[in-house]
Amino acid sequence: MDLALVFLALMGISVLLYVVLDGYDLGVGMLMPAASTEQQSVMVASIGPFWDANQTWLVLGVGLLLAAFPKAHGVVLGALYLPAVAMLVGLMLRGVAFELRVKAQGWHRDLWNGLFWLGSFMASFFQGVMLGRYVTGFENGFGFYFFAVLVGASLCGGYVLLGATWLIYKTEGELQRKAIAWARWGLLWVGLGVALVSLGTPMVSATVREKWFDFPRTLGLMLLPAATVAVAGWLWLETAAVKRGETRREARPFMAAAIIFALAFAGLAYSLFPYLVIDRITLWEAAAHPTAQRFLLVGAAIVLPFIFAYTLLAYRIFRGKARAGQYE
Amino acid sequence: MDDALVLARAQFGLNIGFHIMFPALTIALAWYLLAFRIAYQRTGNAAWLVTYRLWVKIFALSFAMGVVSGVVMSFQFGTNWPRYMTSVGAIAGPLLSYEVMTAFFLEATFLGVMLFGMNRVPDWVHITAASLVAFGTTLSAFWILALNSWMHTPTGHVQADGQVVAADWWQVIFNPSFPYRLAHMLVASGLTASFVVAGLSAWRLLRAPGDASATRTLRVAVMVAAVLGPVQVFVGDQHGLNTLEHQPAKIASLEAIWHTERGAPLTLFAIPDEENQRNDYAIELPYAGSLILTHKMDGEIRGITSFGEDHPPVLPLFVAFRVMVGIGLLMVLASWTATWCTRRGRAAPRWLLWSLAAMTFSGWVAVLAGWIVTEVGRQPWLVTGLLRTRDAVGDISGAQLGASITGYALTYAAMLVAYLVVITHMARKGAEASPNPPSEHPATARVAGSAAD
Repeated sequence: MDLALVFLALMGISVLLYVVLDGYDLGVGMLMPAASTEQQSVMVASIGPFWDANQTWLVLGVGLLLAAFPKAHGVVLGALYLPAVAMLVGLMLRGVAFELRVKAQGWHRDLWNGLFWLGSFMASFFQGVMLGRYVTGFENGFGFYFFAVLVGASLCGGYVLLGATWLIYKTEGELQRKAIAWARWGLLWVGLGVALVSLGTPMVSATVREKWFDFPRTLGLMLLPAATVAVAGWLWLETAAVKRGETRREARPFMAAAIIFALAFAGLAYSLFPYLVIDRITLWEAAAHPTAQRFLLVGAAIVLPFIFAYTLLAYRIFRGKARAGQYE
Repeated sequence: MDDALVLARAQFGLNIGFHIMFPALTIALAWYLLAFRIAYQRTGNAAWLVTYRLWVKIFALSFAMGVVSGVVMSFQFGTNWPRYMTSVGAIAGPLLSYEVMTAFFLEATFLGVMLFGMNRVPDWVHITAASLVAFGTTLSAFWILALNSWMHTPTGHVQADGQVVAADWWQVIFNPSFPYRLAHMLVASGLTASFVVAGLSAWRLLRAPGDASATRTLRVAVMVAAVLGPVQVFVGDQHGLNTLEHQPAKIASLEAIWHTERGAPLTLFAIPDEENQRNDYAIELPYAGSLILTHKMDGEIRGITSFGEDHPPVLPLFVAFRVMVGIGLLMVLASWTATWCTRRGRAAPRWLLWSLAAMTFSGWVAVLAGWIVTEVGRQPWLVTGLLRTRDAVGDISGAQLGASITGYALTYAAMLVAYLVVITHMARKGAEASPNPPSEHPATARVAGSAAD
């Protein structure tokens, strides 16, 4: 069995889970200024029990990169050094602001709310910048930097979509109606972003171009963008249904948003495979020594099922609508 | 040393130093929380619930500080020490991943249940969540210290394909210094948490004399500290003997013993002069150095000069070691005095409360001093005998490192100030801080809770 492939799959799952899970709580953070004080309290309650564990998927993703592909870890994170630092400062700000805003009053509370927003925004934007730099193979030049900034903005849109659809699921009444409007704006924004990355990536990399525009394979591959458009349409219809008061469909916009992310992720994975650093390092070149891989696999095989199980348990315990002050 | 190496070390030291303060507190605080929760369950006394609710919030805040600075760490292994990963990554990577997989997820997920789930799950599930968080924090320490100890005393590895790989994982994990270091750190965490718990409880009692929750909490914390203090003296001594066997240069440096000698004195105070290889203004106890280190009056101790260039810097080790031991002894004194003064329900006198409040964060100082001793003491090696620190540094430019150090330092300073302000504020508010004043027995509380859902 090719263990490098197994770890690539595990790392992919971790990163995708991170993006969807921390994405919704980052999105909720970015939406905070658009809500009233009472609504902010509900929004915080909707992510309170989950955000710590959501963030852990990032550590697992980076940890697997470190353990299973040590030669790529240094290259990738070295090249992404400054945006990674900015992203981490953002994550620290919001993590601490999240805990502290609850305990503060008056202008202190406004300050922590502001920092919570700023941290959420910084983390999201710079994750997008990292993605933009990564898919273009860390090329330097104004065009590449501009592209990275655009991807950063798009990812903010994507996280807003996840956050808004999460709120549709976890809230009701006025806030839920607001969330529907936010979700629709987020969807438009994300559409723009996905289109941008889909067109931009083949333009900057010949490798990616050849993979996608190679007749007749292109025809089959076009199913991916087609499916994305279809899911986006479905998401829109579901928000309309929730607006009409069909409460049993409240979870679906979030599912649709998660599927959009999964499809975009699949597209990226197809573009890059088998490279960990495009055109430079393949996963086999970066793979850790077999002794490390085997030891790691034993642990992963035993532990990951438990992690999935108790993550589901936590979501089950905290199911249902969030209420103001519930988790403060 | 060139700039990139100095900056890379400064930055990593800043981050890891900031990070370790929070695990040092939360590892043992998690067990305290479990004890508070069980005490409430068994007695139904609301004082324990007040204590639990206050400390679970302080725990959550400390845990969050540890998580966010820990995420930074996971990035910096690759960015600051790329050749660490390419040369010993086959050992370090899996151990770090095991920590994330087995411990980190467990803590992060069940902390949510611990914090917010009391009214949503049955008592036994809530107590199980508290146990899993406590187990998770300790397991976390297990993996991290296994890797750290392996870097000090590597065993179980072979050179293969141009890198260091594991031949026997059991030997890698249970390397010679691991049991001592793990025990030393776990007890250190116990003392750190005990003094934070006792100190903030003292602070509460100064504000609200006779508060039932703070009185009980303080009593428990000083009793635990009174037991752990002497245990730490014993464990520390054993750890020292182990270090003398495996890393004699570290011992010579931290005791500032320049020349190999029998019946070496114990230097209580001095200003080590690295250039002239002697101690200025030394106050010494004859033979005590050999007695402590070898348990023999005339035991031989190798001097710094016998190691040539391969010895750690003397002054920081010598000072940090005395800070650590000094605080440790002060902790023993304070905890014994406090245990005696609060015997059979006596109220603690105000001078004692002020002393305990002043010592609230003494554990942090001792832990940081201890880690400086052990990490600086490993220099010039990153992994003893296998990889030198200067060979592991990457090619991040000095400018990038400088900019990011500034960013981190400002963020950490702001975080630390905010953290201290908030936890002292929470302790001052004490009982009022809990949202629904608890007066009911757990069983009724749960019924009321589920009715409210």
